[in-house]
Amino acid sequence: MALLQISEPGQSAAPHEHRLAVGIDLGTTNSLVATVKSGMAVVLNDEKGRSLLPSVVRYGAEGAVDVGYGAQARQSQDPKNTIVSVKRFMGRGLKDIAHVESMPYAFEDAPGMVRLRTVQGVRSPVEISAEILRSLRVRAEASLGGALTGAVITVPAYFDDAQRQATKDAARLAGLNVLRLLNEPTAAAIAYGLDNGAEGIYAVYDLGGGTFDISILKLAKGVFQVLSTGGDSALGGDDFDHRVFCWIIEEAKLAPVSHQDARLLLTKAREAKETLTQHGEAPVTVKLGSGEYVDVKLTTEIFTEITRTLVQKTLGPTRKALRDAGLAPEEIKGVVMVGGATRMPQIQRAVAEYFGQEPLNNLDPDKVVALGAAIQANLLAGNRAAGDDWLLLDVIPLSLGLETMGGLVEKVIPRNSTIPIARAQEFTTFKDGQTAMAVHVVQGERELVSDCRSLARFELRGIPPMVAGAARIRVTFQVDADGLLSVTAREQTTGHEARVEVKPSYGLSEDEITSMLKDGFEHASDDAFRRALREAQVEAQRLIEATQSALREDADLLSTLERAHVDHCVAKLQALVIGDDRRAIDAAMDALNKGTAEFAARRMNRNVQRALAGKSIDQI
Amino acid sequence: MAVTLSEAAAKHVANFLQKRGKGIGVRLGVKTSGCSGMAYKLEFADSAEAEDLVFESRGLKILVDPRSLPYIDGTELDFAKEGLNEGFKFNNPNVKDQCGCGESFNV
Repeated sequence: MALLQISEPGQSAAPHEHRLAVGIDLGTTNSLVATVKSGMAVVLNDEKGRSLLPSVVRYGAEGAVDVGYGAQARQSQDPKNTIVSVKRFMGRGLKDIAHVESMPYAFEDAPGMVRLRTVQGVRSPVEISAEILRSLRVRAEASLGGALTGAVITVPAYFDDAQRQATKDAARLAGLNVLRLLNEPTAAAIAYGLDNGAEGIYAVYDLGGGTFDISILKLAKGVFQVLSTGGDSALGGDDFDHRVFCWIIEEAKLAPVSHQDARLLLTKAREAKETLTQHGEAPVTVKLGSGEYVDVKLTTEIFTEITRTLVQKTLGPTRKALRDAGLAPEEIKGVVMVGGATRMPQIQRAVAEYFGQEPLNNLDPDKVVALGAAIQANLLAGNRAAGDDWLLLDVIPLSLGLETMGGLVEKVIPRNSTIPIARAQEFTTFKDGQTAMAVHVVQGERELVSDCRSLARFELRGIPPMVAGAARIRVTFQVDADGLLSVTAREQTTGHEARVEVKPSYGLSEDEITSMLKDGFEHASDDAFRRALREAQVEAQRLIEATQSALREDADLLSTLERAHVDHCVAKLQALVIGDDRRAIDAAMDALNKGTAEFAARRMNRNVQRALAGKSIDQI
Repeated sequence: MAVTLSEAAAKHVANFLQKRGKGIGVRLGVKTSGCSGMAYKLEFADSAEAEDLVFESRGLKILVDPRSLPYIDGTELDFAKEGLNEGFKFNNPNVKDQCGCGESFNV
């Protein structure tokens, strides 16, 4: 029974006047829509009681557009006009798409995103996705009996800006008001966290049709904190189908097959995979359009063998995510399984083995993301009950920092920091009388600016002239809840300030993030060496500057011979500083330091004398 | 003839009234709408109407307009928690059936 709240006089809401909000899991293989009814998240079924809507869109020659099971049933007859797994094309160019050669579509490369030529004309992935979303909207409005206020749509954690934007555009095209895009693993955590009231550190292992995501989440007192994320945006159940498909071709010794046959075989491959979830073997018998017969038997052993590398491929990002969170597998209290592909026994086994415990799957892995999205949508639509003010924390995927002298990166906010976050660090001037400072904001894990991604540059002017190292410039990095970074530089004595705003997580694709992370690990020792070299070079430059400035002021303190020696040391260091022999630079710096020690002492004495000149003892 | 508050409901009503800073009690009633014919009304009351019936339960005033009373007579207003959701619940002996969500009912 619904629970009522006390309204203001005359303001009692009529029943069923909740603002209708839904959560949509726009999946690669299947999509779902869910809502919250009387405090319970439920998946909305179609008129035949089916919860899943296959993410398949068919453009018919007669002008009709078919979505879901109907389209799926026709896919082997009309593969060119039946689009499956369109999510893989969202916000992607032709070169980004794997297995293009085995796809039956007529691709058209277009700037930004591919297009597909269908019998009804050229369609973009956004339009195709919009058909799926429209179908879900119609289903939701029919079952809820009213127009929707808005929807939360889930996306893989690593979707980049182009992919997220494409998803939003598709929703708008489908007549949906997007309340928020929510990361799929986070949605799963919401579904599990709220429904089960569990606390502790959890891993969300999400192997969907087309994407793999692993997230390490901390659930405590209704606060979700994403400790780290990782994944592979081109790995999913479809790849398992593809492996089986290739195995069938090989096993049945088939010549290259037509598009129709390829589609038919892929369907058979998927059926065989699903059969193996419950059974030890799956016969594959089919008559191809070419007249050939296929009659092979896929066993669990063979299936496990041919997909072993795919299973292993999920454990790499899993390890990395754990390492990022600073955790060992045994510190994970539970592993949440999401995505239909996690039903495969060898996945369950591999995950159980890695984490040393049986994974949690008490919610339907196909529905859990939609349920979480529905809960979030319900809150965002304003149907919140008193006390429902939980927080959702997210992390930044790559470190944020700025360029310091010598092209080095000073990390200000390390990656996987939870947002919102603000960090400040003090910097100083490098040269005497320096009145401006360039602030170059970069993102990445490498030590050198040239290996990181440049986000923004700005200048702080109006620093009062001071000797090098005396100015205090406070640089503050602030990332708000929407991932918007603002960097402020402020000179502490005058209060002069300059700032810039950037969106750090956007514009980087998952591949770029992954490769930047990988580079970071691979080049760690290399980078450490180069960093040490750059630091030595910067230090040497500073020493040369300081010596030359001292020589300009107090050259008379040196004899001709002494002066020649200092000049020699400076020249030697100047020659070495452009090279990459750090030891030689260090040695030359030592030599210069020794060679100027006496000079420095005399300068000190002179300065003391100057300061004391004409003053009586009492004045000091 | 009475409408009452459970202990939990009384505690929460008193609490809400105090937080709100005004109001003489709560108004319970019904109105016609919803999928099963009737819907409950639960509001703060700032003043009593002339025809209102006023009940006292656990030190709090409950106002009911005479047209609503037949439908909710004998009701105990309760406060319940379901998961993260919490709110008031009408334990109404007159109800014959209610819609799935319980927001509206029939007598």
